[in-house]
Amino acid sequence: MGTDAVRVIEIKKSVYENNDREADKLRGELKEKGIFLLNLMSSPGAGKTTTLSRTIEALRDKFHIGVMEADIDSDVDARRISDLGAWAIQLHTGGMCHLDAGMTRQGLDELTEKEVDLAILENVGNLVCPAEFDTGAVKNAMILSVPEGDDKPLKYPLMFSICDVVLINKTDVMPYFDFDLDKCREYVAMRNPNAKVIPICAKTGEGMDEWFSWLENEAKAWNAR
Amino acid sequence: MHELGVVFHIIDQVEEVAAENDVTRIDSVTLQLGEVSTVIPSYLTDCWDWAKKKHELLLEAKLVVEKIEAVTFCEDCKQTYPTVEYGKTCPHCGSGNTYLVQGNEFMIKEIEAV
Repeated sequence: MGTDAVRVIEIKKSVYENNDREADKLRGELKEKGIFLLNLMSSPGAGKTTTLSRTIEALRDKFHIGVMEADIDSDVDARRISDLGAWAIQLHTGGMCHLDAGMTRQGLDELTEKEVDLAILENVGNLVCPAEFDTGAVKNAMILSVPEGDDKPLKYPLMFSICDVVLINKTDVMPYFDFDLDKCREYVAMRNPNAKVIPICAKTGEGMDEWFSWLENEAKAWNAR
Repeated sequence: MHELGVVFHIIDQVEEVAAENDVTRIDSVTLQLGEVSTVIPSYLTDCWDWAKKKHELLLEAKLVVEKIEAVTFCEDCKQTYPTVEYGKTCPHCGSGNTYLVQGNEFMIKEIEAV
């Protein structure tokens, strides 16, 4: 064979495969260190800040909570997180539209150092790209707010197919938006029969206890050795 | 922006394979892209042409994109149909009890290299 012979090298691998491997590795390290990591996704304006704040208040006596924020569109400011009694950890995305396992890893040392056992990753606010990249989180959650419409699971099927829990937020305004909760549950189940749907209103507190206990139970089960 | 992030992942994997195979130059990279994979081929190619200039092995590398048609299966009437045209509702029986069988792939198929 000449030195310049062109050869075909077969790869046949998913573009996401390396990231998936990195994510699995990260999950393994989190398990070892006793850190539960939740990947929280939503559209902008779905009520992430309020939901997160109420969650920290409810669980701060039971866990050392850390919130990892992406620099691209963080809508929860670090001071507010600290005032509530949780650690705020900044991740640098370089302007990307999603977080991947490599970016999540940036926060690992800080989580360890601060002895966090419940970490919440505030993903970039969109419903497309974050669904493609495994962040290394133990569980995936998303917030769908009532004004976005009950048919959102049909428009973003991949997002709903990877979520372990779907929080339907702002239930207090349901009558004004013709939001059909049963239909929405059905649409979520079509894409992901295993997803747990919890209607909440972060503002009034309605339904929040169910969400807190879900999170507490999942985190305790993961951290138990 | 999504396409650019994806290109970085492709380059990482291709460089890994190149190192394993003592490659000195890559002429082309062939991808298999499903019709409903959320990636737009022309944006992908533009990002590729920008990003490859920063990688010595890839300076000459052309990106080839093979399309994979999206096909949905209906659980109720057990028939398949083209996803892009009909979406989630089966055109044969009107059921919404359907799932995608192919079309969301995003694979690196092969490279041509020296």
